Amino acid sequence: MDAVATGAGNNSLPCPGQAQRDGLCLHSTAQKQQHQPTPPLGRTSTATPEAGAIGRQDRKRKWVGGAGGHAGGGAGAAAGSGAGAGDDAGRAAGGAAAAASARGGRGRRLPVPHAVGRRPAAGGSVDKAWKELSNILSGIFCASLNFIDSTNTVTPTASFKPLGVANGTDHRLLRYAVLPREVVCTENLTPWKKLLPCGSKAGLAVLLKAERLFHSSYHSQAVHIRPICRDASCLAVSWELRQTLTVVFDSFTSGQGKKDWSLFKMFSRTLTDACPLASESKVYVDISPKNKEKQLLEVTPTPTSVHEAIVQGDKTTYAVYDLLSPVLFNTSRSLNVQLKWKRPEDSSELSTPIMHAQRYVSGYGLQTGEISTLIYNTHPYRAFPVILLETVPWYLRLYVHTLTIITKGKENKPSYMHYQPAQDRKRPHLLEMLIQLPANSATKITIQFERALLKWTEYPPDPNHGFYVSSSVLSALVPSVIAMKDVNVEESPLFTSLFPSSDGSSYFLRLYTEPLLVNLPTPDFSMPYNVICLTCTVVAVCYGSFYNLLTRTFHVEEPSRGGLAKRLANVIRRLRGVPPI
Amino acid sequence: MAAAVPAARWARAAAAALLLGCCGAVLAGGIQDQAEQFFKSGHTNNWAVLVCTSRFWFNYRHVANTLSVYRSVKRLGIPDSHIVLMLADDMACNPRNPKPATVFSHKNMELNVYGDDVEVDYRSYEVTVENFLRVLTGRIPPSTPRSKRLLSDDRSNILIYMTGHGGNGFLKFQDSEEITNVELADAFEQMWQKRRYNELLFIIDTCQGASMYERFYSPNIIALASSQVGEDSLSHQPDLGIGVHLMDRYTFYMLEFLEEVHPASQTNMNDLFQVCPKSLCVSTPGHRTDLFQRDPQNVLITDFFGSVRKVEIMTETVSLDRNLTGFESDPVCCLKRQLEISDKEREGKPQLHQRMGRKLKAAKGCIGNRTTKVC
Repeated sequence: MDAVATGAGNNSLPCPGQAQRDGLCLHSTAQKQQHQPTPPLGRTSTATPEAGAIGRQDRKRKWVGGAGGHAGGGAGAAAGSGAGAGDDAGRAAGGAAAAASARGGRGRRLPVPHAVGRRPAAGGSVDKAWKELSNILSGIFCASLNFIDSTNTVTPTASFKPLGVANGTDHRLLRYAVLPREVVCTENLTPWKKLLPCGSKAGLAVLLKAERLFHSSYHSQAVHIRPICRDASCLAVSWELRQTLTVVFDSFTSGQGKKDWSLFKMFSRTLTDACPLASESKVYVDISPKNKEKQLLEVTPTPTSVHEAIVQGDKTTYAVYDLLSPVLFNTSRSLNVQLKWKRPEDSSELSTPIMHAQRYVSGYGLQTGEISTLIYNTHPYRAFPVILLETVPWYLRLYVHTLTIITKGKENKPSYMHYQPAQDRKRPHLLEMLIQLPANSATKITIQFERALLKWTEYPPDPNHGFYVSSSVLSALVPSVIAMKDVNVEESPLFTSLFPSSDGSSYFLRLYTEPLLVNLPTPDFSMPYNVICLTCTVVAVCYGSFYNLLTRTFHVEEPSRGGLAKRLANVIRRLRGVPPI
Repeated sequence: MAAAVPAARWARAAAAALLLGCCGAVLAGGIQDQAEQFFKSGHTNNWAVLVCTSRFWFNYRHVANTLSVYRSVKRLGIPDSHIVLMLADDMACNPRNPKPATVFSHKNMELNVYGDDVEVDYRSYEVTVENFLRVLTGRIPPSTPRSKRLLSDDRSNILIYMTGHGGNGFLKFQDSEEITNVELADAFEQMWQKRRYNELLFIIDTCQGASMYERFYSPNIIALASSQVGEDSLSHQPDLGIGVHLMDRYTFYMLEFLEEVHPASQTNMNDLFQVCPKSLCVSTPGHRTDLFQRDPQNVLITDFFGSVRKVEIMTETVSLDRNLTGFESDPVCCLKRQLEISDKEREGKPQLHQRMGRKLKAAKGCIGNRTTKVC
């Protein structure tokens, strides 16, 4: 069952007879029934191939490479709001779901903002739609995405471009937000799995058990929605939903020092069949020979085919297991892909990527600090520009006059810069720069900040944990060392979504750096109680004594002497009110 | 003559008496039925609000408590769409958890109560007193998604389970705020006045938990607490592998008790009251039933922990129009079209309404069984 999301209130694609859920029109059709006048779902699936890791492809679900995304908490949302595709009434709320791309992971973020729409709407309705979208997504994915508000939403100008078929590129309709404190756990995986046509009951998704997936070095899940052409003539537009899951297993440490792995070792289960609703269901294993020597590794069972491609500038060979081919399950009911190394590798170093980045905060004390971003370009002879997007919360007051960009000892001036200062409690800092990275260099970008003191009600319940600064986004067209052949989209849609390339010589890369953890000056929250105790004690002791001193009178009492008669006389005199003898 | 008249009168009187007797018997039978019906619960749906109010790794046991009750309630039939689960901190994917994505309830890691199919509605910083009271009373901002709402009606039985750190008259939320027993009692009264529950079962597992139900004054509430005022609720056992206490005693024994319950079992509230005697729990569990109209002996555990699914069997078949698109997902649309078609056929109005009524009933059943909530 495919699900297609259209914006709420989208008049051109009305929702009569279609299940409505929380303002999002979700229309379900079975993919086989082509006669229905409903937009079919084109889902493709890709994965990041890593050396020796599996890339899984399945027509129904899609895993997108977390381009260098780093481990660390974070959740972000960016959605292009604006008029929904083909909206006559001009209701801007319709476009809320348009091209929304949600990604979650330890390093969870939802990028994509793009305005898809023929009639750009006013900023106010975009914000309203944005708020509604984040609330809906928080309900669907069991995450606190409802914390997205104006204090962590920005409108980037250059970092993001619309995906798919887009009519307008007005960046004012774009919204981007990150929630770095969010945790990704099973409760986020459960609804993600429920969006899949076969759920986790058949096909490749049977491998997705939470206990194994979260026992890993890196975990990222994403949901991308974009409009695509329904056919070659592009007369009608349909929505494409891509779901991606990226997990990095540390099989070396958990496998007793051996680099051999198998599906059973990683997921504690094997594949038994393909999802009946899938039109394509494949497992890709990267078996590229290193150093162009003879085969060092061996995969069992025999793959159905072998595919060669140039991916991210490197020539890679994939062993393909097509779950829909009847040959695969002939011999045994279950498929357990295993990879064995024929002889132990001496020192196989992973080649460093052409662009990688790092970010850290330095300084001492609780007043000032400095954020530094290091970007490396390891290409031997090509320079290329990169767009850096930094979003810093308002309580770290950036001093833009201290912004320095240094490459190879010299100052590097950005060719484009967009800075939007923060407003206390209203919006965060936004800094976007286009920086040219020379070949084989490291660029250091530093900016100083001052920490603000929050009001005592604004602190979270665990303020001593620290406050997170969301990761910065680096977008670049990285030139590849080897010329890439332009791949036809129609022939292999899976591969083009794996590694989209605009021309034969470079590929697009989006990097997310680490989020930062910064301590703010935190008050002692037990002080109100202490103050009350101390004040009351002081008042009671000091003022009380003083009052007593001032108002207490003393009188001397004579000890009573004398016999019974005198005592009796005294009693009578006291009764009469006369002073006693 | 004089003798015949009294005889006739006696006969008439006897006939009248016989008639009255028969009527009386029938009436008594009817009253018996009515009385029986009165003592049955009369609820049509079940909801559960499970709240863990503690933050930080060393309060692992409170999350495990809440997840154990969540697991039992799901197992006995309440779907995720009818459960509002609030966990104030994330233990399963906490960096200090040696086994990620698991929350264990027993040492030696026997039972993973987190499971593979968990949906947490309010998590982390969202668990606040304000959000909890808004969920209970229904005064929620309009953009709140459905999974975060308590959409109960006057025929709902609600189970409310709370755990965390508490004191005499208050329960601490996330180490920064607290909810008092007066607030809680007022929230329940608001729920009663807005007809948001039929019967309510309130279970609390904190220190001095009995103080939290002292102030209730709304009808149809049963309350259970793990300890009396002045007593502390104690935790069960630490696990040396994980390094923290895994569960609290009261909920541990309650989980053991609930594992024996299945959707058709006839265990009643009195069994639940005996669940953790002082010898096992060290504290004295307490309960309060004076606000409840039925006898706890007649109240089944599954009235609160399980879920009622009403199935209506129809004897007539409903013909489906082949030309309809997307009927499976929305029978109401089909009905509208049927209405249009029948208008064309010029059917009589009362017959049409009857048919509509029956079809709506069928559709309701269809929708109810078919909606699968994603979260």
